[in-house]
Amino acid sequence: MKLWKTILAAALLALATSSQAYAARTDLVIGITLEPPHLDPTAGAAAAIDEVLYANVFEGLTRIGPNGEVLPDLAESWAISDDGKVYTFKLHTGVKFHDGTDFDASDVKFSLDRARADNSVNAQKGLFAAIDTVDVVDPATVKVTLKNPQGSFLYNMGWGDAVIVAPESAETNKEKPIGTGPFKFQSWAKGSSITLVKSDNYWGAPVSLDKAEFRIVPDAAAAVPALLSGDIQAFPFFDPDSVAQVKDDPRFKVVIGSTEGETILAINNKKPPFDKLEVRQAIAFALDRKAIIDGASAGLGVPIGSHMSPASKAYVDLTGLYPHNVDKAKELLKQAGLENGFKATLKLPPPSYARLGGEIIASQLRDVGIDLEIIPVEWAQWLDQVFTKKDYDLTIVSHTEPNDIDIYSRKDYYFNYDNPAFDKIIAELNLTSDDAKRNTLLGEAQKILADDAVVGFLYELPKVGVWDAKLQGLWENAPIQANDLTKVKWSE
Amino acid sequence: MTAYLLKRLVIAIATLILASMVVFAVLEILPGDPARLMLGLNASADQVELLRDQMGLNAPLVLRYLHWVGGLLSLDFGRSYTYSVPVIDLVRERMAVSLPLALIALALSTVIAIPVGLYSASRRGRAGDTIAMGAAQLGVAVPNFWFALMLIYLFAVWLRLVPAGGFPGWSAGVWPALKSLLLPAVALALPQAAILARVARSALIEVLNEDYIRTARAKGLPYRAVLWRHALRNAMIPVLTILGLQFAFLIAGTIIIENVFYLPGLGRLVFQAITQRDLIVVESIVMLLVVAVIAVNLVVDVSYAFVDPRLRGRQ
Repeated sequence: MKLWKTILAAALLALATSSQAYAARTDLVIGITLEPPHLDPTAGAAAAIDEVLYANVFEGLTRIGPNGEVLPDLAESWAISDDGKVYTFKLHTGVKFHDGTDFDASDVKFSLDRARADNSVNAQKGLFAAIDTVDVVDPATVKVTLKNPQGSFLYNMGWGDAVIVAPESAETNKEKPIGTGPFKFQSWAKGSSITLVKSDNYWGAPVSLDKAEFRIVPDAAAAVPALLSGDIQAFPFFDPDSVAQVKDDPRFKVVIGSTEGETILAINNKKPPFDKLEVRQAIAFALDRKAIIDGASAGLGVPIGSHMSPASKAYVDLTGLYPHNVDKAKELLKQAGLENGFKATLKLPPPSYARLGGEIIASQLRDVGIDLEIIPVEWAQWLDQVFTKKDYDLTIVSHTEPNDIDIYSRKDYYFNYDNPAFDKIIAELNLTSDDAKRNTLLGEAQKILADDAVVGFLYELPKVGVWDAKLQGLWENAPIQANDLTKVKWSE
Repeated sequence: MTAYLLKRLVIAIATLILASMVVFAVLEILPGDPARLMLGLNASADQVELLRDQMGLNAPLVLRYLHWVGGLLSLDFGRSYTYSVPVIDLVRERMAVSLPLALIALALSTVIAIPVGLYSASRRGRAGDTIAMGAAQLGVAVPNFWFALMLIYLFAVWLRLVPAGGFPGWSAGVWPALKSLLLPAVALALPQAAILARVARSALIEVLNEDYIRTARAKGLPYRAVLWRHALRNAMIPVLTILGLQFAFLIAGTIIIENVFYLPGLGRLVFQAITQRDLIVVESIVMLLVVAVIAVNLVVDVSYAFVDPRLRGRQ
């Protein structure tokens, strides 16, 4: 009896202390699925690096806002020459790095030159390819000259891979990141969590949080109890299948937003019979996007008809081009001389959208006579076999890089797609900086891809966020994969 | 005794050499390029080559094997490709979680299993035995990740006595750290205890049928004394064997439990390293585990000699 009383008392005490901690908070524990391999956004492609550091610890000349817009950051303003080749950036003054060193134009020159150097292992080196020279005009002014006009230059400078680092700390950023942002790095318990604290000498608008801990929770099943127990207060990227467990709980907000992740059924365009347009169109008619979204993404996700996010201003709705139509698909296969169907393989990487979606797509294609053998692969295998060696027929993957329609014009890309008319549009797009003209060109590009049925366009990956109902300011959408905490605060 | 130990030692070293070759070869055959994994989809082939050079991945296979083994012998385990820190540091950090977890789980399972085994064996066929062995059967059958989730919902979500997962680090204090290891240890220990209890029971039953037990009873020793002093000691050999195997399992085989409780342990490190093709980390940790398993088996072999005097006398 006495034991029970002790246990009860302990439980009550635990309850009391945990609810006490809820009043007027300035700390936050955020759950993330993958641990960053290191903490230098300029030296790796892992999205987890940006999820912790982007906008919080590191800042660039420009930055990407919550809806994908380009905003000034360390550059207060800029002027573009008439020929579109010279960008003169006016920098904020009085900015300091977290180690106390001053930020000025020489840091910008250092960062950009470092990223585009011959021995650079920046994962997005292409962002800097158009830069010819970077010149320091005075400590608060930097002039970037391009080899040719580049429409997306200001956007490119807002990527996590283009953040400004200091020569004094660039080499040690992997372990101890030093940036100019409102939060500074405090500690990293490997495999467990990364902690940021408010930076006292921040140049911009002060942030509300004093401390933010990113805790690594790899298992979706573990995320729900972590939320329910209050250990973790926000999962900005939550598993869509687990939403049902927290949806009706008033303590939490479930926020469904958009991402830049075009989820596609990629097709090897050079491999027979997929080199025939009719076959690819038959696949497009055979796909029932609604069923795929329901089964692979818990009904969340917007159907797409080409390679563009529906949240983008340049988006053209092409989902009506190939409505789900089994008869039409069979007819097209007949035209291609394949009325008896054929066999092919479908390689599936680990994410659930691919593994679940793959089963559904296989059964949809079986209805039109295409017999798919499903081969599950790990990421490392996928990159090796599918992406690098192009040894595949079909695969499912989400291309999460923003504004990446140009991948279809890349030589030797794993789609094996080659269309000079499309390449011409992309080449023109690269030289255009006027937004209206860019959107027209992007629209044409989308139409060509849809007409050619280059790949099976499925849906835009949703961003499913779940967090404490009292928490405000987290991003609803994910124009880039980041957890910008600069506007996050607890309401009373 | 000395000959017995020497023989064990020679076998252990041969196993180590063989294991190092197999581990290295198998991982090198695995498809997947760590440099490409780090650089992602947008990097060019030239850049991937550059990074491969920087990581020393372009050297000939045999050279790399010798370099690795040479490093191991001088206790230099190399640097992680992805974390770019010495592997030994990673291992040390992770061991601070995995080792205590394994020890607590092992202790728990022994403390539960031996008395249950004794109880069941001494009441063979009666109701108590049936219930205990039924429970053990259930313990073996229930998947430990499900059991772990039930523990989390009960003790962390509902009662809020312990955290739902994570590890605050020993620097946060001994009690908070231990508290976060409690549920995982229980989740790990119960299935192990179930197996151990069954082994202990059957070993004891076999011993209890021996003539000397009847003799001991016949000369008037109380049942309890016979059970603890004569029977248990002789039934220890199979129990110790299983314990040795379980320890190895607990150190390495905790991947699932470490994921459910998101503990930064060794199992998760290996898992993560495999998916990221951080080969040097996988190779070195697997070798460490091989050493640990061999060492534990050596200890078990030696402890046989202690519980069984016949082995001690043998030359």
